[in-house]
Amino acid sequence: MGKSTRLAFGETLALLGEQYPNIVVLDADLSKSTMSNLFAKKFPDRFFEMGIQEANMIGISAGLALSGKIPYACSFACFITGRYDTIRVSVAYNKANVRIIGTHAGIGIGEDGTTQMGLEDISLMRSLPNFNVCQPCDEIETRELIKYSVNHVGPMYIRLTRQNLDKIFDENYKYEFGKGVQLTDGNDAVIFATGALVSEAFKASKILKNKGINLRVINIHTIKPIDKEIIIKSAQECKLIFTAEDHNIIGGLGTAVAEVLCENYPSRIIRIGLPDVFGESGTPEALYKKYGFDSESLARKIESHLKEEKQ
Amino acid sequence: MKSHKELELISNQLRIDIIKAISRAKSGHPGGSLSAIDIIVYLFFNEINRTKDNAFSPDRDRFILSKGHGVPALYAVFAKLGLISYEELMNLRVLGSRTQGHPSYLDLPYVESSTGSLGQGLSVGIGIAIAGKLDKKNYNVYTMIGDGEMQEGQIWEALLSAPKFKLDNLCVILDYNKSQIDGYVKDVMNLEPIKEKLIAFRWNVIEINGHKFNEIEKAINIFKQTKEKPTFVIAHTIKGKGVSFMEDNVEWHGKAPNEEETKLALQELQKLLESNG
Ligand SMILES: Cc1ncc(C[n+]2csc(CCOP(=O)(O)OP(=O)(O)O)c2C)c(N)n1
Repeated sequence: MGKSTRLAFGETLALLGEQYPNIVVLDADLSKSTMSNLFAKKFPDRFFEMGIQEANMIGISAGLALSGKIPYACSFACFITGRYDTIRVSVAYNKANVRIIGTHAGIGIGEDGTTQMGLEDISLMRSLPNFNVCQPCDEIETRELIKYSVNHVGPMYIRLTRQNLDKIFDENYKYEFGKGVQLTDGNDAVIFATGALVSEAFKASKILKNKGINLRVINIHTIKPIDKEIIIKSAQECKLIFTAEDHNIIGGLGTAVAEVLCENYPSRIIRIGLPDVFGESGTPEALYKKYGFDSESLARKIESHLKEEKQ
Repeated sequence: MKSHKELELISNQLRIDIIKAISRAKSGHPGGSLSAIDIIVYLFFNEINRTKDNAFSPDRDRFILSKGHGVPALYAVFAKLGLISYEELMNLRVLGSRTQGHPSYLDLPYVESSTGSLGQGLSVGIGIAIAGKLDKKNYNVYTMIGDGEMQEGQIWEALLSAPKFKLDNLCVILDYNKSQIDGYVKDVMNLEPIKEKLIAFRWNVIEINGHKFNEIEKAINIFKQTKEKPTFVIAHTIKGKGVSFMEDNVEWHGKAPNEEETKLALQELQKLLESNG
């Protein structure tokens, strides 16, 4: 098991602080959870503890960005994207160079339950002009994405996990903003996955391989702008199309893939996500099972749909 | 009506239940539950007088825990009142339970409103208080907020608006335990001078020790006698109150005690209970 993507974020940002004196970091009383405290310890003068004031933090970040700083505004995904109009006007409409860091994505946080789960954040951030939306799938990809983010021009939303994730990549990984990453070969079905569900999809491909089913797994780390090319190509080459995300089924990766395909290569898409519900308390494992996000459930679902197709 | 001695006994029993529930759940917020329990006990047993029969009466007094993470304290009171079973309390945060990690109105309507995203409960309380005025009801609305929570902009919008509507049926209680997650409130984002700010905002302000039942009682009586103005009770409390190693220790904001720590905590609380007689 690798690190959580929030930890990889915190560690990387603390390293980048040396090289980039313009990086400033803000947090709203969750620095021990978002891991921005690693930066705070090293660069106390460039860390701003806002207390529990997400809207103010976002506005101040916009001001900092408009004055040449590179702010990382951190909180849980739900709280920070909950201050939507502030993000919309002060950040997006100004095209202010703010990086909004939303941790504790999805039901994967477990016991704390609905109010602490980011479940609609991709949908919200995706619909803001000028915004880019990213969700890395492991610690290496997070590190590379955060390095990339320093010099990116324009607002970014970066979605991170509370829970530890399997390592998908090794040190040689070359991160490319806006490009999907094919992890396995196969033409029986393709699954576009993002964030925590990438490793579940990857493990599902192994389960299916043993049954003679070849699943193509594609990691979508940039949800906006989305990699149209890889989506269209895979849709053309694979019999069935799936999407998987720890997020509401509405407005997230599944919707983004559907938008691409309905205009370019109309296809049936089976979307896996939260079925327009709020989530609930439980252990992360129990929740992933209940909502069909674990590798076994994914494999079962893909297998049964393939059988159905054959009939 | 219970005597202060009886209330103390109940509070300390419930402290044990809170620790047990959080320990079983292996997650949760002991610090802010233990600082809040005395006030919540007072309100539910001597003021709101909640029973299963009056729980949905349109005339009932309302209590909203705006600092929703302190909900183990509220569930413990619900269990003591028989609104939920002891088993449900001990199933805190378990998949499928009504005792969600943060208050969920649709799962358990006794909480009056879903909370857990800080800063929101007070506004909902104002809405319920305004409705009470419109409907010529005599109920009162109690909302408890945290001191960290009080940094939220929405709290200050609410503080500005309640006096405008002359909500003398609204009582806000600040669980002023002086700490939040990243540290002490005074270091993270100081609120002081709170009293002066609230007086300037035209509130009826009362300052008490939130662990002393006679002071809680006095504050609530003043609230009930005050007309044309909402009341704000600054209740000085101790985070983690009752468990020595949790008291005033930021580390115990949102962490469950392990087996050893649970044993120690329960021993201390048991002693406290015995001293209550
Ligand atoms: C809007 C929002 N931001 C952040 C959080 C995460 N959070 C949960 S508890 C807490 C600290 C609360 O401190 P305080 O209000 O003082 O509560 P207490 O000390 O009484 O537990 C924070 C930041 C949240 N629940 N809601």
